[in-house]
Amino acid sequence: MAVEWLWLIPALPLLAAGVLTLLPTTAGRAASFVATGSMFLSFVFSGLAWLTTLDQGEFSRTTFDFVWFKTGTAALKIGWVLDPLTAVMLLTVSLVGSLIFLFSVGYLAREERRVTFFAHLSFFAAAMLGLVIANNLLLLFVCWELVGLASWLLIGFWFRKPEAAAAARKAFVVTHIGDMGFFVGMIWLASVAGTLQFFDAGAGCLEETVVHSLGAATILGGLALSTVITLLVLWGAMGKSGQVPLHVWLPDAMEGPTPVSALIHAAAMVAAGVYLLARLFPLLDAVPDSGSLVAVTWVGSLTAFFAALVALGQTDLKRILAWSTISQLGYMMLGLGTGGPAVAMFHLVTHAFFKALLFLGAGSVIQACGHEQDIRRLGGLRRRMPFTFGVYAIGMLALAGFPFLSGFWSKEAIFHSAQVWEVSRIPFVLAVAGALLTAVYMTRQMVYVFFGEHRNSSFQKSFSERAVVTAVPLAALACGAITLGFLGTQAFPLFQEYLEGETAVLAWGDLIGWGSLGLIALSTLLSVGGMALAWGIYRPSQFDPARQQDPLNRWFPRIFRWLENQFFLDEWYRQTVVRGTCLAGRGAEVLDRLIWGPVVRLCAALVQTVAWCSRLADEQLVNRGFDRVCRAVRQGAAWCSERQNGRVQTYIKYVGASLALVVWVLILIDRS
Amino acid sequence: MTVFEPILFMMLAPLAGGAFLWRFGREWSPERIAGIGLGIAGLVLLTGASLSVGALRDGAAFLTGSSVPWITTLNVRFGVTVDGLSLVMIWLTVLLIPAALLTASETGDRTHRFVALILFLEAGLIGVFVSPSFFQWFLFWELCLIPAYFLVRFSGSASANRAARQFLLYTLAGSVGLLLSFMALFAAVGTFDFIELAQTEDLMSRVAEGLGWETVSTGTLGLILFALAFLGVAVKVPLYPFHTWLPDTYAEAPASVSMLLTGLMSKMGFYALLRIVLPIFTDQIVQLAVWLLGLAVVSVVASALAALAQTDLRRVFAYSSINHLGHCFLGVFAVMTAGKAGLTASVNEAVTAFDGIGLQMFNHGVIAGLLFFLTGRLENRTGGERDLRSFGGLRCFVPRFATTMTIALFASLGLPGLSAFMGEFLIFKGSFFFVGWAPALAVLGLLLTAVIALEIVRRVFAGPPNQRWQDLPDLSRKEYCVVVPALLLLFLGGIWPQWLLEFINGASLDLISLLSVAP
Repeated sequence: MAVEWLWLIPALPLLAAGVLTLLPTTAGRAASFVATGSMFLSFVFSGLAWLTTLDQGEFSRTTFDFVWFKTGTAALKIGWVLDPLTAVMLLTVSLVGSLIFLFSVGYLAREERRVTFFAHLSFFAAAMLGLVIANNLLLLFVCWELVGLASWLLIGFWFRKPEAAAAARKAFVVTHIGDMGFFVGMIWLASVAGTLQFFDAGAGCLEETVVHSLGAATILGGLALSTVITLLVLWGAMGKSGQVPLHVWLPDAMEGPTPVSALIHAAAMVAAGVYLLARLFPLLDAVPDSGSLVAVTWVGSLTAFFAALVALGQTDLKRILAWSTISQLGYMMLGLGTGGPAVAMFHLVTHAFFKALLFLGAGSVIQACGHEQDIRRLGGLRRRMPFTFGVYAIGMLALAGFPFLSGFWSKEAIFHSAQVWEVSRIPFVLAVAGALLTAVYMTRQMVYVFFGEHRNSSFQKSFSERAVVTAVPLAALACGAITLGFLGTQAFPLFQEYLEGETAVLAWGDLIGWGSLGLIALSTLLSVGGMALAWGIYRPSQFDPARQQDPLNRWFPRIFRWLENQFFLDEWYRQTVVRGTCLAGRGAEVLDRLIWGPVVRLCAALVQTVAWCSRLADEQLVNRGFDRVCRAVRQGAAWCSERQNGRVQTYIKYVGASLALVVWVLILIDRS
Repeated sequence: MTVFEPILFMMLAPLAGGAFLWRFGREWSPERIAGIGLGIAGLVLLTGASLSVGALRDGAAFLTGSSVPWITTLNVRFGVTVDGLSLVMIWLTVLLIPAALLTASETGDRTHRFVALILFLEAGLIGVFVSPSFFQWFLFWELCLIPAYFLVRFSGSASANRAARQFLLYTLAGSVGLLLSFMALFAAVGTFDFIELAQTEDLMSRVAEGLGWETVSTGTLGLILFALAFLGVAVKVPLYPFHTWLPDTYAEAPASVSMLLTGLMSKMGFYALLRIVLPIFTDQIVQLAVWLLGLAVVSVVASALAALAQTDLRRVFAYSSINHLGHCFLGVFAVMTAGKAGLTASVNEAVTAFDGIGLQMFNHGVIAGLLFFLTGRLENRTGGERDLRSFGGLRCFVPRFATTMTIALFASLGLPGLSAFMGEFLIFKGSFFFVGWAPALAVLGLLLTAVIALEIVRRVFAGPPNQRWQDLPDLSRKEYCVVVPALLLLFLGGIWPQWLLEFINGASLDLISLLSVAP
């Protein structure tokens, strides 16, 4: 399939989402068919696209661009790119996605809002596939945000549950905190590189010229411009891929239906961060010992270890898997920082399969046990659900890095590159410790859920773990989890060479060389040793979850409390970030109410005061004097008019009085 | 036919229709009055659409202006000038007015007053968006204020009266500043024409001469006149900290009036900045750009924070309107930090920012309009209840309403694929080229708007259903008439922004060349 038709791959699920939103809510069956069918078709097209990249023998990268809009005299182009990285990611997302869709058909058969569910799920897949084919950072960002929207919709699918609504919001906001760093990095890149095209016949921002100039330019503190920009982008990737300290949304995201968790964790959301960094790797690697690669490595290794530690103390079936995802994403980051995109992508692909397998297996368990997710109240399912037990064990072994399963090889590649990292040995040590913990916590979970006595009262015997829509995806994923690793062993690194555009050569020597052999031995030791250790602690004859507390809790109650509560990071954020924001909001409002509003009112009051003064002056000074004269005249007139009352007696009285007065005056005058 | 006659019709038809309804409409039924009002607004809408067809057919040649002598003693002509930006603003006007009239009949026996006032407002708005000279422009600017005042206090409650009075006096104070400033300019130069004023050399020294204020330095005089003129804009849009009238006003006015206030009147203020204050006071803005940019950033962040602390839906949207228009200010002032030389050197980046501003003005008009419309419909259903805390699980009862409002909220938080993102992206991209710190800080505002939008969805539509609202009806046919076109505009603007940029880009190029060659 040529690159100009690549848009069909995301367009198919998008179209399905559009059609589904128009369907009536009763058409659940049709909806699931349409969604799953379009997803499978996408997978077929992805396969064709992958074949195209093989066709040309040598490393092939084709692009297709068109003008989106024009500003000023410049045009903004977007487009698709088809190269091995895209092809691998497309295949993974569409294949794992299709299997998850198929599983959902059974899982949500009784859900009344099934149409909405499949519409959102298709939209999710479409956004992720769009992100993968983008040949432009802006287009990638658009899809990136749409992935965020889709995850919000799906995590909060059961919106009546307050926890689901809160988890959805948390996921969107926390990833959005990361996205804002990505956004600033993107506009920064746009303003210094003048383009956001990845590959544009030599002028793209991932090609030699621009990468070189960005690597050569330094800003404050002597950091290369490329480093600063990629650090900002890394912040976004950390949000999406659940890296410490932006990982807090991921465990809560378990509130969504289980297939959604599978999709988020395996292919469609958290993988986006790693993919983004793999895509932008030329920029991350623009200068030797690039600060952003160092940061990626440290973030990844710390996350890998920290999350594995926390997973030890969890009791929720899905939550343990969530923490293991965080940890595994840390490994991918570590691989990316030390070994480059091929190493990271290899683990991404194998992880997509075994993590989807684990989640779907967990989905079967949850469904069979009446939506019970607390591992302390599960147990003994090995006999009741043998098929699920089998595939779950495969997934678990792959995750724990059991020899020769897929996770073993991909993790081994990461160890290999981390071991020779020049900057520091600590990430390697953290990774090794994390691998041991992985084996321990996964075994712990297995023992809790599948071994010992059956502790669940609401087990539904009617649940058929071997229904086609349930069993086929699980079986297919299990096959992937077993075999995929052989694509990228040290001896025959087909996968890595395909991504890097070289021809793979079978070289047994690489496998037997000292470093490799030592690492293989170490990996084996870690996984087998970890499993044995956990079995020793948790084996049913030793420990009964129904009656006893977790052994770790008994031995180290203080430490266990920290693990159980995920190092109190949620509480800490609540006390600092959330509370600080609320306080700032309150402050802004108080500022309006107590400062800016009153200032305006004060101005108004001043004007009013002046007006009042003028009125007072008018009334008291000018008007009052005038009024008094007027009043005097009026009163005088009134007095006079009172006298003229028209009665003759009064007049005669006045005449008499006046006469007497005149006579008296005359007498006085005469006497003087 | 030139652009003159249709525009004249678009101003006179609502004026005449409004006057007619005011005088004779008292006895008629509210539905009939609303129908007549809608008919008139529809005619204006059609005329506007025909303008656009002409603009598309003939390109820029169509969108010039013409004028006739008016008051010869003052050298005042009555003119019409339309460019891409005005056209986009006119579209916004002719689209929002019918939406506001749609529910007018709910005002009962005073419907004729309500409809008439809204039609007067429409005439004033169109006049503002096409006036080429200050005298005429100011007349329309004030013509908008009077109907707006009566519309804000339409409910007649004491608090509405108080809010309306504050709104009127505050914006009037701003207008007085503008008037004084332009009187000074006129006294010195003898013209009100914006372009002529912008192209006058040594404007401020001529003003000093003309006024006989030789003791004041031209720099100071320029700053004083700019401050006076800018006050009018800063209050109207508004810019922090001149915004305190806004939350009260938006909360107290009838919902459809709030929709017009935020959708159109705030754009009127920003239009004045772009068309009048910016070209004439270019030097002063360049001089103060960093400070003004700081205010814009504060405007973006502080208003988002304040929105976070609100529980009244209308007040939340009022504050987030300040936030969104803060982005426009951010774009203008970031570009102006470059100075004239910088503008000439990087025209494309400056145009990018101004294109973004144009998009943001239109898109915010639609989104905020839709949000206030929906809030109003919600109040209408719930008997005036609009406190965030009193809802919950509404998606169970009114799924379509919930979906629409959710889409509008996501648009307002700047989700890519919906229209607001394009404007914000272009503003940030253009601004970042000139000054990095401001967009980087303003990103906080983007983050906070996301929190706000999600909080509203969570509190109102998600969570356990509040049985108090189980009988609420979903969207009615009448409401679909507003909701469907609005949603189409949201998607269209997000997926294919070129349809607006086609018009805005030319205007931005003209504006930048005016700014960079201006003396």
